[in-house]
Amino acid sequence: MDSVYAALVEIVGQDYVSTRTEELFTYSKDLGTSEPQWPDYVAAPATAEEVSRIVQMANEKNVAVVPLGGGLSLAGLALPLKGGIELDLKRMNQILELNEKGRYVVVEAGTSHGKLTAHLHKHAPHLMHSEPGAPPAATIGGNLAIHGQGDLGHPYGFNSDMVSGMEVVLPTGEVCRFGSCALGNSWYTLHPLPDVSMFMGWSGSTGIITKVSLRLFPCKKIQEQDAFVVEDEELVPDILYELTHVGMAEDMMVVSQEIPPPFNRLHYILINISGDSRKELEFKRQLMFDDRLSKYIQDGTGGIGAGGQEVPRPVVSKTSDWRKGGGFEYVGAIMPVTTYPECYKSGVEISGRHGIPYTTLGRVLGSGHSMMFSWTFAFNRADEETVRHARQALHETDEKVLELGGTLWKPAVFGQKLLMDRMDDGTLQMMQKVKHMLDPNGIMNPGNWEVA
Amino acid sequence: MFELQFDESKCHACVTRDCLTRCQYMDLDAQAAGIEMEKIISGQDSRVLHECRTCYACEEYCPTGNHPFYLIVKRQEELGITPLPDPIIRQGIQVGVPFRGDPEITEINGPVLNMGVFSPLARLAQGKLFEDLTRISTDSRKMHHFFCQLMYLHFARTSVINQRLPGVIETISAYKPTEVVHFHDECYGTYTSYAPAFGIEVPFRSIHLFEHLYNRLTELREEIRPVNYKVAYQRPCSSRLSPDAHAYVDKIFDLIGAEHVSRRYVDENALCCGSTIVSQKQEGSRRFCLELQEENIEDMKQAGAELCIFNCPACMQTMGKQVAENGIMPIWMSDLCRMAIGETPA
Ligand SMILES: Cc1cc2nc3c(=O)[nH]c(=O)nc-3n(C[C@H](O)[C@H](O)[C@H](O)COP(=O)(O)OP(=O)(O)OC[C@H]3O[C@@H](n4cnc5c(N)ncnc54)[C@H](O)[C@@H]3O)c2cc1C
Repeated sequence: MDSVYAALVEIVGQDYVSTRTEELFTYSKDLGTSEPQWPDYVAAPATAEEVSRIVQMANEKNVAVVPLGGGLSLAGLALPLKGGIELDLKRMNQILELNEKGRYVVVEAGTSHGKLTAHLHKHAPHLMHSEPGAPPAATIGGNLAIHGQGDLGHPYGFNSDMVSGMEVVLPTGEVCRFGSCALGNSWYTLHPLPDVSMFMGWSGSTGIITKVSLRLFPCKKIQEQDAFVVEDEELVPDILYELTHVGMAEDMMVVSQEIPPPFNRLHYILINISGDSRKELEFKRQLMFDDRLSKYIQDGTGGIGAGGQEVPRPVVSKTSDWRKGGGFEYVGAIMPVTTYPECYKSGVEISGRHGIPYTTLGRVLGSGHSMMFSWTFAFNRADEETVRHARQALHETDEKVLELGGTLWKPAVFGQKLLMDRMDDGTLQMMQKVKHMLDPNGIMNPGNWEVA
Repeated sequence: MFELQFDESKCHACVTRDCLTRCQYMDLDAQAAGIEMEKIISGQDSRVLHECRTCYACEEYCPTGNHPFYLIVKRQEELGITPLPDPIIRQGIQVGVPFRGDPEITEINGPVLNMGVFSPLARLAQGKLFEDLTRISTDSRKMHHFFCQLMYLHFARTSVINQRLPGVIETISAYKPTEVVHFHDECYGTYTSYAPAFGIEVPFRSIHLFEHLYNRLTELREEIRPVNYKVAYQRPCSSRLSPDAHAYVDKIFDLIGAEHVSRRYVDENALCCGSTIVSQKQEGSRRFCLELQEENIEDMKQAGAELCIFNCPACMQTMGKQVAENGIMPIWMSDLCRMAIGETPA
């Protein structure tokens, strides 16, 4: 028997290892335009200790290890580019502690966002975490590993800004904790110890996150979505400035898309607000619409497109329906809010050139400190030509982002290279040192964030 | 293109000027109303064109059936005085653009139920009250082919209605219906009021949903068990185009044993749900809309209504939640009728 396989069986048990073609096939796929990449093994550990033993063994045998959460990044980030062990972390899905008064929850990193939301609904309905618009199977660890953002992005920023503690298995097998939990205290804060947590944004190439303490925030009884619509994209940054000034929204996104027709060439500023009473909601609406936006309404350049709607999610995936064959992938980038008009125009232009109905979305992060802007490209999985067009459009958009002064978010390998080509030397060398120090044999998600 | 058949002489001869003096949102006496109406007729700017809340009610108030509301909207468009901000108008106009292929049409040669643009509500049309009707426009991907377009009266865009309506009429006619029951007041008003007013030919016979419900309930009279609810009815704007059909509301309530509570904002004095007012350009429209809704619902409460009956999806969408939060159950007219014959509401 293959010695890696035997070792994996030894560590996680026969039922949680596979080399069967049909199972490897499933793990070779990504939802986006990436070509399939086959792992040699799939293993699903249940504890940090098992993870640790696996990476130690992988170092000995010089086999790659690729952590996998929900596999929903769309950018092929959890595909085993160099084969090896696909480490499916979904069994590590226990919710370990819910501290209501301290407003945090400690979970195993393979816990899905959907599970956490359901758990909070049941056990602490007045608390919520920032859930990404991704399908609910997306995991907490996977989302942090790529600096995700969720529906509390406007008041609180990136999800990785909402971490109060973390446990990580280093590529060499050591289990480390960061924050107050490293002192044996409760998991209530990540600061103020020296900052050595170098795992978020690395796409699993510097270690495997195994436990996370996430901040929780007040969850109000009523949650609704309003829409403010404008035709002139140049107005969007100013309107977002007005809205972020009053800071009443929980989530704010600007959507424009060719299909369905009502969204075509219009910009829907979707504003999620919440309140424990109608009075509270109305107070917020008065500040936003009557005080800040009435000038646009009266001069006819902006209008209330909808009010008090249910909060729909996820928005982006609907794009996959616009084309037969149901595929889509998007370039996400963290952009200055002021670049909204250019981002939108480039989306229309690039999509048009590739015969794809355009779909763009910007999500405000912090008080308008930046926005995550996404350009989504639909394709027909069964039609290679449309996949090729989408892939090309993605690459062109990656380049456009940099031209516009943006930073690619969860870039695929192509985008990672573009970023590293532009990065200043000192930073690049620091990245190289970190990577080398933590992962001397280069076993962790190889192919990603590899400094040339 | 189609032209509004508006008889100026009727207006000149009018003494009461009910169209504007009875308006619930503008305050004009007969003299002022006369002056403003003359301005509108002669194509000049008028405060009415700016202040109109587009509630359609003047169509009903006009004692001579002379279509003052259609004229107001036409002039708003001609003079570029739009009640709504430009992006909302564009959004609205784009809503009606079909984008998912053509509907598959088979000849029915019998009575049909036209769901119009409300295919997702096709579930409401079930049970004994609807069993003799073939439903058309049940596929929400294709529903825009059946969209009567009348909504654009709120958008100062009779041009859009006139441009698109003939195609919609052609689609419905292709089913070869012997008669068309319209689920929504707006469709019924389009084919029985708007189209004739603009000289647009409609080759099928239209029946209002309420007339159909009343007739079916009469046939099923034996099965009716009085519902014994105190009900209020949220009258939609487009019902102003068919006051005759509105008369069926009380007839239905009487037949099924629902007590139509006595209230201020009822029938000709009904208040608009506010779905379009909320977005209007006039200063303070959003607050005005809220206050209007509060007043409307308070009136229902004071009158002791247990249920609020809706037929218009826009009214339901705009006010349903708020009505429920005030302890009054929002319910579709079709569901209420189905309950009366022992069926479970959809
Ligand atoms: C329709 C749709 C909408 C989306 N909307 C959003 C959104 O609103 N916000 C947002 O942030 N994202 C969004 N996404 C992107 C993505 O799905 C999410 O970020 C998701 O949370 C990623 O988590 P995952 O578990 O699927 O990660 P995976 O795809 O499994 O992994 C992502 C990366 O992290 C690594 N990784 C996984 N788990 C760990 C771990 N425990 N430790 C270390 N590395 C790990 C993987 O190797 C990979 O490189 C969306 C995706 C889709 C399909």
